[in-house]
Amino acid sequence: MERYDLIVVGGGPAGLSAALSARRAGMRDILILERDDELGGILNQCIHSGFGLHTFQEELTGPEYAARYVSQVQQLGIPCRTSTMVLDLSLTASGEKLVTAMNRREGLLSFTARSVVLAMGCRERPRGALNLPGYRPAGIYTAGTAQRLVNMEGFLPGREVVVLGSGDIGLIMARRMTLEGARVKAVAELMPYSGGLQRNIVQCLEDFGIPLLLSHTVVDIRGKDRVTGVTLAEVDDDRRPIPGTEEEIACDTLLLSCGLLPENELSDKLGVALSPITGGPIVNESLETNIPGVFACGNVLHVHDLVDYVSEEAGRAGACAAAYAARADLSDRDPQAVAEEVSLTLRPEGGIRYTVPQTVRPAHIEEALLVRYRVGAVYTDCTVSVWLGDVCIMKQKKKKVTPGEMQQFFLKKEALSAAGASDDIFVRLEKA
Amino acid sequence: MYDVIIIGAGVTGCAVARELSRYRLNVLVLEKEEDVCCGTSKANSAVIHAGHDALPGTWKARFNVEGNAMMDRLAEELDFPFRRNESLVVCLEEERIPELEALLERGRQNGVEGLRIVTGPEIKELEPSLSDEVKEVLYCPTGGIVCPFLMTVALAENAFENGTAFRFNRTVKAVSAAGTADRPVWKLTDSDGEVYETRCVVNAAGVYADLFNNMVSAHKLTILPRRGEYQLLDKKAGSLVSHTVFQLPGASGKGVLVTPTVHGNLLVGPTAQELTDREAVNTTAEGLAEVMEKGRRSVPSLPAGMTITSFAGLRASEAGHDFVVGEAPDAPGFFNCAGIESPGLSAAPAIGVYLADLIAARLQAGVREDVRRTRRGIPCVAQASPEEQRELFAQDPAYGNVICRCETVTEGEIRNAIRRPLGARSLDGIKRRTRAGMGRCQAGFCTPKVMEILQEELGLDPFAVSKHGPGSELLVRQNGGENGTI
Repeated sequence: MERYDLIVVGGGPAGLSAALSARRAGMRDILILERDDELGGILNQCIHSGFGLHTFQEELTGPEYAARYVSQVQQLGIPCRTSTMVLDLSLTASGEKLVTAMNRREGLLSFTARSVVLAMGCRERPRGALNLPGYRPAGIYTAGTAQRLVNMEGFLPGREVVVLGSGDIGLIMARRMTLEGARVKAVAELMPYSGGLQRNIVQCLEDFGIPLLLSHTVVDIRGKDRVTGVTLAEVDDDRRPIPGTEEEIACDTLLLSCGLLPENELSDKLGVALSPITGGPIVNESLETNIPGVFACGNVLHVHDLVDYVSEEAGRAGACAAAYAARADLSDRDPQAVAEEVSLTLRPEGGIRYTVPQTVRPAHIEEALLVRYRVGAVYTDCTVSVWLGDVCIMKQKKKKVTPGEMQQFFLKKEALSAAGASDDIFVRLEKA
Repeated sequence: MYDVIIIGAGVTGCAVARELSRYRLNVLVLEKEEDVCCGTSKANSAVIHAGHDALPGTWKARFNVEGNAMMDRLAEELDFPFRRNESLVVCLEEERIPELEALLERGRQNGVEGLRIVTGPEIKELEPSLSDEVKEVLYCPTGGIVCPFLMTVALAENAFENGTAFRFNRTVKAVSAAGTADRPVWKLTDSDGEVYETRCVVNAAGVYADLFNNMVSAHKLTILPRRGEYQLLDKKAGSLVSHTVFQLPGASGKGVLVTPTVHGNLLVGPTAQELTDREAVNTTAEGLAEVMEKGRRSVPSLPAGMTITSFAGLRASEAGHDFVVGEAPDAPGFFNCAGIESPGLSAAPAIGVYLADLIAARLQAGVREDVRRTRRGIPCVAQASPEEQRELFAQDPAYGNVICRCETVTEGEIRNAIRRPLGARSLDGIKRRTRAGMGRCQAGFCTPKVMEILQEELGLDPFAVSKHGPGSELLVRQNGGENGTI
């Protein structure tokens, strides 16, 4: 059986960045496992630009952004197995990780690893999970599936389109389908605000005259073989359709961009504790899960808005995995010392939906820890404050925060020096 | 001239076809859809009923109990998933306990074995997730669950391998009598204008069966489609119950069932709504809400937000409330299996035997000695042991290439589904045979890959690849213009 210091599950932006930083931290035996035929993940189908502004200070397309990481991985000679599906993750008696995978060159494969980085990304919420009533004809696609068909296969999946959900991929695909000659009749959004980035609303909808119907949903899908139309209706404050507001729209295609779900089935099998809010693992400041030596980053941890942040976060996860595996013996951590170590829980309050990480051990922070969070609704002129018990240790004024845009703050190590083992850190949003 | 033409390739039509293939007969199955198992057979509770529901003396009671008893051997011979997970009928109201007892008595009269009433702490021992409101339970050890797709496909494949012909995308438009009184001949005309002649007709046309019967017989039938909506939950919820949990049928309707599926999901449904439209397999907001609300009466912890898909099926409910099985009294050679609503899936194997024997006797057909009664299904990599996985991979490396990540379906399984007798021709055909696209992402990731394999295997134009046959094509044109030019 092949043995590695680190196995990275997933060769998208998160996995690539994690592997690179682990190698740069001195780790030797790394293996990247990727289910698709090429490295790069979903970036390969994101042919629009706007990637890399933070990381490279220039505007790249998705494939260009991915290529920068892929070429570094190749230069550093980090081994990859593409077209390889990881089927199972488990623990051996000695605390090593057992990875079972399969591909068409080698068949069933087993590896052991001292550490694992979870970087499997996310999937789109399908029609069934939305409970959209109506028929089940051809012509209903998630936005990402349509994006793959158009951008990678070169085919247009429909001519007259309604988009439900205003997530970023939906907005991008409204523009992309328009550019290919399809007619996008409307983007309907259940919530009173868009889940996508403001710049995408401007560049993908407003610039093309595509109406964004907030507080609207699909209440019927017609067509037995191919979609012939959908019925939209306005919804009330409880997101229930308002009778009498129904509008029938003829179309042959319904694209869905109604949220992304971290793909944690493998994590779950391994026994990784998951957050019901993010759908991703609960991690500490080292992006380590409840299972020592198992780290998570990218969209499998929580859904990001910008890939630049994925790369940054994954870089940290890779470095932490390297530090973990560099220790001579996996059982060198004195269980009592671990139990007595100060570990603070970050508690989101009043409008803050979640933070990543969810726990912090001050002893493991160098100078400051980057904490990312999202809010649950649109707030203007609000204050985000961080409290250690009843002491305010950080305060940010925000002109506008929306659920679609990830926020962040730094937690300084010195501010946590007074923390006792049972203290909590509260992250609070207050309206002006 | 055919000996027998079967109208409809649902589970009953295919069961009759398989049993007829034991005889020296020239049999054709005509199906209006592109594949077998496209109507009610694909959209039902996937339950093999014990047989306590139907009134004693009815066809429903007889064929349910007989069909149930046939299932173990049938699943073994034809290699499809079937499990006796046992079923429970729960009584939620003290005052209705006599009705539960009546059901027990009815079941015994129907010949259902092992029925007994369970009370007190044993209820929760049997099924911990049941509501505290459950007063008594009718325990049915012969109840089971089945994959209705693979069962129908298996029956059809076995018939096909024994020489039965199948034609798809052929809607029968007219049936008329020809020939003479002592040697009847039936003429069928299909949607393409093609005319077929046959000595016998089997009317297994589901919600359309009354139309065909009424073309040839004065004994009119009336089929009312009764829609049932369902929600299918993620496998994470699949072990919420281990038994099939029925509610005691009553004045407020039949109640909905909560059951594990043979593939490990949880199924909740159906509603019951009488319609006139025989194609109205659409779900409704009200129906989907009702399913969960009623399901929670027996299993309160049914989780919200774990649905992966929902669907609706149309029960072919005949006005006489029983199956109509046998030769129409005034149309010699015209055999009905009409009104096959619940427990139709359970009854189908027994109906198949009964009708095939009847038809063989009428046609004085001899028994074949070369008939093959067994059939092997598509290997299932996800359920194979590591040794079996290695063996499959050694046969064909395509069994190492995972296409559907949610259900772990490989390229090998998908190619097998297309290449085998009566193979898949569409995304849905592949889904029903292999489960590719049936998992929690609902084909989001595997659709483009499966489309490519269909193109390769069938030599199809990309624009001919469909979800479920003509009219449901997935792509409209190449990028850049109508003919691929800008």
